[in-house]
Amino acid sequence: MAEAAIELIGINKSFGAVRANRDIALEIPRGTIHGIIGENGAGKSTLMSILYGFYQADSGEIRVNGKPTAIKTPNDAIAAGIGMVHQHFMLVENFSVLENVILGAEGEALLNRSISKARSELRRLEQEYGLEVDPDALIEELPVGLQQRVEILKALYRGAEILILDEPTGVLTPAEADHLFRILQQLKEQGKTVVLITHKLREIMAITDNVSVMRQGTMVATRKTSETTVEELAELMVGRRVLLRVEKGEASPGDVKLSVKNLTVKDSRGVTMVDDVSFDIRAGEIVGIAGVAGNGQSELMEAVSGIRKAVSGTVMLDGKPIDLTGQADPGELRDRGLAHVPEDRHHVGLVLAFDESENSILGYHDKPQYLKGPFLNLDAIQKDAQEKIEKYDIRPANPKLKTANFSGGNQQKIVLAREIEQDPGVLIVGQPTRGVDVGAIEFIHKRLIAMRDQGKAVLLISVELDEIRSLSDRILVMFAGRIVGERGPETSEGELGLLMAGVEHKEAAE
Amino acid sequence: MEFIDALINILNSTIRVSVPLLLACLAGLYSERAGVFDIGLEGKMLAGAFAGAAAAAVFASAWIGLLVAVLVSIGMALVHGFASITHRGNQIVSGVAINFIAAGSTIILGQAWFQQGGRTPSLPPEARFGAINLPGADALRDVPVIGQLYSGLLSGHSLLTYVAFLAVPFTWWVLFRTRFGLRLRAVGENPAAVDTAGISVAWLRYRAVICTGILTGLAGSYMALAQNAGFVKDMTAGRGYIALAALIFAKWKPVPAMFACLLFGFLDALSIRLQGSPLPVIGKVPVQLMQALPYVLTVILLAGFIGKAIPPRAGGVPYVKER
Repeated sequence: MAEAAIELIGINKSFGAVRANRDIALEIPRGTIHGIIGENGAGKSTLMSILYGFYQADSGEIRVNGKPTAIKTPNDAIAAGIGMVHQHFMLVENFSVLENVILGAEGEALLNRSISKARSELRRLEQEYGLEVDPDALIEELPVGLQQRVEILKALYRGAEILILDEPTGVLTPAEADHLFRILQQLKEQGKTVVLITHKLREIMAITDNVSVMRQGTMVATRKTSETTVEELAELMVGRRVLLRVEKGEASPGDVKLSVKNLTVKDSRGVTMVDDVSFDIRAGEIVGIAGVAGNGQSELMEAVSGIRKAVSGTVMLDGKPIDLTGQADPGELRDRGLAHVPEDRHHVGLVLAFDESENSILGYHDKPQYLKGPFLNLDAIQKDAQEKIEKYDIRPANPKLKTANFSGGNQQKIVLAREIEQDPGVLIVGQPTRGVDVGAIEFIHKRLIAMRDQGKAVLLISVELDEIRSLSDRILVMFAGRIVGERGPETSEGELGLLMAGVEHKEAAE
Repeated sequence: MEFIDALINILNSTIRVSVPLLLACLAGLYSERAGVFDIGLEGKMLAGAFAGAAAAAVFASAWIGLLVAVLVSIGMALVHGFASITHRGNQIVSGVAINFIAAGSTIILGQAWFQQGGRTPSLPPEARFGAINLPGADALRDVPVIGQLYSGLLSGHSLLTYVAFLAVPFTWWVLFRTRFGLRLRAVGENPAAVDTAGISVAWLRYRAVICTGILTGLAGSYMALAQNAGFVKDMTAGRGYIALAALIFAKWKPVPAMFACLLFGFLDALSIRLQGSPLPVIGKVPVQLMQALPYVLTVILLAGFIGKAIPPRAGGVPYVKER
């Protein structure tokens, strides 16, 4: 076995009463890609933040290349050759790529020379690792995939030999993720050590050499990736057997609940995002819309929910039209039994500064059960929130806690609980398990199936093909704003992938 | 000829009234670019003016006055920094508090020390920054236009006026050509990026508010030691707020900041000039209306003409390491 690039011995870290890391021991061999998996809140990010000097461990030792190293600040970590790509990029958005790369590593008080030095160094790194990016582009004008590349360049520019990536694929499209993995492979071939933090088991299996599993602040196991299975890892993460594919019976579709006809939607720049789309959803079925992100699914979902203006077409809910001018009254749509779980829970689904209980009624707060005359009935709201917390296993079970303090999976459960518990006839869900950990995914999937079995119509939009395939009764594939095919749930991933890439579409056009 | 004279006259007073605005505006630029909103420019200017005038009166030296003004102003800037950087307090509340403290304490201390109803004693010429005549200004006075502009407009200002206008390219250079400037701009946009790059967010922001203190000290000194001959109660009269407006108008950029301050200065100078003289068509306009003109135009300009002014993204938000 190669010498360890990083060795952690007996790391402990508490935040108040919460023990985020307990007695962690970990050895990462040099020149390997090492995966660290665990559910949200298992302590992965805390551990890596300790390694990067962002926090200090309460006790324990860090050895870098065999030498005990005190890492008290990010500076110490950088000096020890550790670089980190954070989940939320640490980039200055209105700075150029070059400016971001040199920030903190300028070398001298005047910028002229440091900038020209960085320019030639970037060119070298570009050639060596295939990390192409325009050094003068502004960060805010780059797609996330390239922004992430800038983060990697930042670390390499500082001479990082050990690169930590925290949930790097959460924001990437599948193609961007594949590209990232190729870059990581290349880094490994050049002798760098890569630490990959994720909760996506597929990524672990696809790219890592070794994998360590964390659960509730402890390191429960380390395995060679080639000697383990997805099922074993999932079980280690959650601490019990997990169904990666939900079981469901046959669908028994009833009447048409939602009918979309010739819907066309343009975005703010006037580009056609949804192009003459028509489909029906019946009671008691889940219709999944598959597609690579950015092919119009988001716009379709927003138009159908009455949030976004449609250029033409109709959407009928229970036979009556929905206002498609973008001025629809969301309250009225809710009254008509249309519930919507938005893709972006942080910006659209929740007010993060609100208490959990407030978010759990948001949008339904004018229902009589939450009111006492003109005032909110706080007792009823608390009781209602408490019931949802129990039913959906939202943790921590405290309706008075600020929503921002819940993990991504639990925030998603708050939104789902709010929408599902109003017993809507039609549920539109976007990316229901984005940033959600394995245990919660299983729960959310079961809920959606249960909705279906109660005779509700569910429109599911997701970029996760697995999710689409395991939940949907019918799969519609979107490409470049059009529905290019309808398939059954048993369709192979390969076939769907080709449709999503527009292959058949092009052939049909010829 | 008369028109040129009148024009030079009005431009000359434009420069004079613009200087404190410009210094305060640049002061605010350093702080706000680093992510610390500073509504307390007014208070720091006022405190600087008082401290400068008091020290200049006691020591009979403009330079000692300037030094004390800058030190007091830095002191108040550090109070704001301590509240908003170290203790992550609300920056608006802290700034307003600075303004109140300055407004009250200058009068109380002035009365206690000098017994002149809150004024400081009138300063003799050696305790003030006098006009500097640029070389050849007298000789060129009679050359039409160019000579008039040179001797009437460019020459004959106090040292601090030249400092203020030189501070514009200097600030631009600091901001965009130095390591300090790069980090300063970064910390106002995304302090987490600065932190993870191994730079202390707090120390960087403290240095920015110290720059603010120096410049508001200069602004106060100009008012008490150059424009006037001593401190008068409430002599800044809202210039700190106008400077903030100019800063927004200029979208936090140094060169546009200069033009914004000159514009506001021009409106001010114009309103003084037009007082009492009848306008064509409209006739005589009440003095109060002319005095209100710069403020009315400020509102109109800010509301309608600047387009989208995007403040530094981390402005006003104390930096807390996220868990």
